[in-house]
Amino acid sequence: MRLLIQGGRLVDPSQKRDGRFDLLIEDGRVKKVAESIALPRGAEVLDVSDLVVVPGLIDMHVHLREPGQEYKETVETGTRAAAAGGFTAVACMPNTDPVNDNRSVSERIIGEAEKYGLARVYPIGAVSKGQRGEELAEVGDMVAGGVVGLSDDGFPVGSSELMRRALEYSRHFDLAVIQHAEDLTLGPDGVMHEGEYSTRLGLPGLPGAAEDIMVARDIVLQQDCGGRYHVAHLSTERSLELVRQAKTRGQSVTCEVTPHHLLLTDEEILSSNLSTDTKMKPPLRSEQDRRALLDGLVDGTVDVIASDHAPHHADEKDVEFSLAPFGIVGLETTVSLCLDRLVRPGLISLARLVELLSATPARILGVDGGSLAEGSRADVSLLALDRQVTVNPRKFRGKSRNTPFGGWKLRGRPAGTLLAGRRVEP
Amino acid sequence: MSGWRRKDLLTIADLSSDEIELILETAESFREVSRRPVKKVPTLRGKTVVNLFFEPSTRTRSSFEIAEKRLSADTINFSAGSSGLVKGEGLVDTALNLQAMNPDLIVIRHAHPGVPQLLAGRIAAGVINAGDGAHEHPTQALLDALTIRQHKKRIEGLKIGIVGDIEHSRVVRSNIHLLTKMGASVTVGGPRTMMPAGLGKMGVVVAHDLEAAIDGADVIMMLRVQMERQSRARFPSVREYFNLFGLTRERLKAAKRGAIILHPGPMNRGVEIASDVADGPYSVILEQVANGVAVRMAVLYLLSGVRAEEA
Ligand SMILES: [Zn+2]
Repeated sequence: MRLLIQGGRLVDPSQKRDGRFDLLIEDGRVKKVAESIALPRGAEVLDVSDLVVVPGLIDMHVHLREPGQEYKETVETGTRAAAAGGFTAVACMPNTDPVNDNRSVSERIIGEAEKYGLARVYPIGAVSKGQRGEELAEVGDMVAGGVVGLSDDGFPVGSSELMRRALEYSRHFDLAVIQHAEDLTLGPDGVMHEGEYSTRLGLPGLPGAAEDIMVARDIVLQQDCGGRYHVAHLSTERSLELVRQAKTRGQSVTCEVTPHHLLLTDEEILSSNLSTDTKMKPPLRSEQDRRALLDGLVDGTVDVIASDHAPHHADEKDVEFSLAPFGIVGLETTVSLCLDRLVRPGLISLARLVELLSATPARILGVDGGSLAEGSRADVSLLALDRQVTVNPRKFRGKSRNTPFGGWKLRGRPAGTLLAGRRVEP
Repeated sequence: MSGWRRKDLLTIADLSSDEIELILETAESFREVSRRPVKKVPTLRGKTVVNLFFEPSTRTRSSFEIAEKRLSADTINFSAGSSGLVKGEGLVDTALNLQAMNPDLIVIRHAHPGVPQLLAGRIAAGVINAGDGAHEHPTQALLDALTIRQHKKRIEGLKIGIVGDIEHSRVVRSNIHLLTKMGASVTVGGPRTMMPAGLGKMGVVVAHDLEAAIDGADVIMMLRVQMERQSRARFPSVREYFNLFGLTRERLKAAKRGAIILHPGPMNRGVEIASDVADGPYSVILEQVANGVAVRMAVLYLLSGVRAEEA
């Protein structure tokens, strides 16, 4: 099977390409990239002359909720949301029920994803059995089952002893240890960022220091133990500075940020009249933190943008702010938010966005992707930079609607994906 | 009397100084009712007021209830745990059930900030916030203002010191909004462990010892210390709290001569305030209680004239 992707603007930073290129896909791989390719006999044509062609986008931090909480999301609906949102792959966190701390859960998730073929799913395995923060999970067995990273996300690895053992043990498999960095003993009742707005609202705060302490500790441990350490959904200025310093020392430390931490602040909780769709962990931080994250995006300290897609049922969110679960969905808003709010104003280039959403997550997870060089697998995302969208949660393909971005008017949107050269119909 | 356009009284933060003025003037006129031999006017006859208390509060609830009865309203009390209406039921279902009974006004006290707003958005009845967590307690700030005005004839230009557990106090937040809107200068003080982040951005001066907080003050407001904070490392002992932050006659000398002392109650004698100060000549604590009824009558009266469709 051959497909000619014709007339588009190819943005592939791995090949330092940004310009008009045709791509010939053969048997699921990129056969040829050139400014103009004559249509081979029997090949289909995909005319993308008004679109941008980029290596398949990867959201390395999502919650698919299956097994166990299928009323919030399933592998099917989550990958449908991913495809609609412009992603060819997602990495899903292990806080399912049962926890993905063993090979059979990992295999089940991958098998389910393959059944629908909407997007690739790379499971992240638990660091500890049951995510209880005590004993190491069977990492080797999970790797055999397809796990591409380790995390106790949702539950930070609190024990320093466990963290150092995880960093050491992960080296046998060259897996990143992905930390939800939070010292749970600091601000134990917190429901929003601790600062002016938590004070105004009388809500218990989650101090930024709770994240910084954990990031600092982990960086110290990584310095001694090696391994690859990745900070999930980094949200504070000081944590970013700690990562920046670690990188300067040459440590293997990376971090991701979410679109909501780049675009919203804790003021949103007051101005939305305590909408529970502004409640997540880490919480929306101060304007100073937000600006620091944008700087980190520009100067290269931030490695990845990930959505932390966390679906919850409307009934669970339609309660008192203090009692609502943490988390918002993001698979179907991330690309438009990044195109409209980061690329369009010139904060970052489209090539840099492709690194943040494709090449770097692929490298951190150690998976195929992030490049459309000749010979690579033809996972492709298409983007329409000038198309206007109004975020309408009721039209989401995912099961849940918990987003603070409903009604936002954005320019730029995903326009389809290809998995190994095959068009995906979300 | 006209000029009131709101369906609900949810926060002081939302109110303009004109609206605050209107409530205070209305309250002044209702004080007279409470002094009559027959303490009842027909103003709210045929109106139903629901008192919905998810947190125990004898003081505020009975103050509202007296106000409602003096206005001839039909009142119904629900409190958490005591009735099927609120027991184990989600807030949204409670709201739907209340709506089905078609009350005119709902007075709500809840442990979580924002609950009155949540309810107000889903229900046609007027909603009065009687305290939502550490967020706001609007009628308390209004009765404090009424009390201050009776003694000092004004609020503008006064120096007001508020001392105690600032972080957990809804009374402080409502008072900060009200007093700064009306032109007073407010200093808050207390242990650093109970001073929330970013307080200065609310337009107050932050002090860290009692004398600095009440220095030259016309009005002193002492806050109740909740004993359970001790176990959460907010202060080491009641004894030490009193030694450092309790209001005594000696410490009172830092304030202006003739300064009045308020306390939202219930008081912990010998913890935040010495008995001889609480019972002394400048204490206006019992007047606050009396004014509470007048202010609540005023609020009930003003809100009862506005239904959802007009708001
Ligand atoms: Zn997390």
